[in-house]
Amino acid sequence: MQCPKCHAQMHTYNRNGVQIEQCSNCRGIFLDYGELEALTRVESQWSQPAPPPPAAPQAYPSAPAAPAWGAPHGGGHHGGHYGGHHRHKSFGHMLFSS
Amino acid sequence: MTDRPLLADLARRAGARAHRAGTACSCGAATLADRPDAVVVRHAATVAKAHAPGTGPAALASRLAVAAGLPDVLLPPLAATPAELHGRLVTFWPYGSPVDPDDPDAAPWEAAGALLARLHRVPAPAGLPPMRGPAKAAHAVARLAAAGSHPAVAAVLGAWRALPAWARAEAPMPEPGAVCHGDLHLGQLVRHPAPDGPWRLIDVDDLGVGVPAWDLARPAAWYACGLLPPDEWTRFLDAYRAGGGPAVPGSGDPWPALDAPARALTVQTAARTVTKSAALGRPLDEIEQCLVDACARMGAVPPQLASDRAK
Repeated sequence: MQCPKCHAQMHTYNRNGVQIEQCSNCRGIFLDYGELEALTRVESQWSQPAPPPPAAPQAYPSAPAAPAWGAPHGGGHHGGHYGGHHRHKSFGHMLFSS
Repeated sequence: MTDRPLLADLARRAGARAHRAGTACSCGAATLADRPDAVVVRHAATVAKAHAPGTGPAALASRLAVAAGLPDVLLPPLAATPAELHGRLVTFWPYGSPVDPDDPDAAPWEAAGALLARLHRVPAPAGLPPMRGPAKAAHAVARLAAAGSHPAVAAVLGAWRALPAWARAEAPMPEPGAVCHGDLHLGQLVRHPAPDGPWRLIDVDDLGVGVPAWDLARPAAWYACGLLPPDEWTRFLDAYRAGGGPAVPGSGDPWPALDAPARALTVQTAARTVTKSAALGRPLDEIEQCLVDACARMGAVPPQLASDRAK
């Protein structure tokens, strides 16, 4: 079949017993009716023996914990006001004052 | 050099200490700080500090004794008791190399965490006064309240009022206290002997018995406000935990312990910047606004219970 997005040829793969089509050009994946549910089911069976993951307070597992009143983009997420070598001058001063 | 007798005489005293033999020198004196609460002068390897007017001699002597007794944590003073000069108490210290203010990326976060852990594990000597962190936060907020109108005042004062009484210096700090530095920031670390000896903490003016999480709370506040990168916060916290510091649990979420002090230090820093902005009639910059925004968000989230426990 042809990719609905870029019209290149799609190839059929078997993933955990589910047939999926992947575009040879844009790598997009096409799922038939019920195939997404089948994949989800297989995945949940796979991970069932493991205990459920604890509710993490932060969106990024690697980010250290931050308080609820913290900056929405701070606390370890993208978009804080820190920026490597371009640390804000005002914060540079703050680091050294009471 | 100056028409101010305190500064001139302080420089002379530092010079006299630096050159005990009494020989003439051409070192020249450098003024390291000249603020209403502290004048600090360096002469060669000797630093002389005139403490804030009204500093109690007994309290300062007791803080000096802690520094003298913990030379692997705090820079030890050159003399055990303060001198007096123009009505101000003066102490003498060896010179240590500070963190380069133009290169805060070189900040010794691991050393800061490890030194604080060591300090907090020391049994408090009898008679050591309380750590002055909450009192200084209260002072900054009082100045803000007197500064007049500014659009940010309400958010900062609102966040302050929600804090537990101890964090506002309106009640004693919860027991058991630890020996705390009381005013940690990157200007409080020097290498001694200069220029590449081990890092030591300086400035004992606010040192005392109190809630040890206060010493972690300024970096914690910077991190929470999105100013300090997560990896720098993690380096500091991990080093503190590796040193067995008692302020936070050894693993898991440190915020139940950090919440109240980090709020207080966010409020204190916001209060100082808003007071300055109101006095100069200039708007807050992006960083200062982050602090005020954090104060505004605190209103929606009550302080965490663990830090409220013993208020």
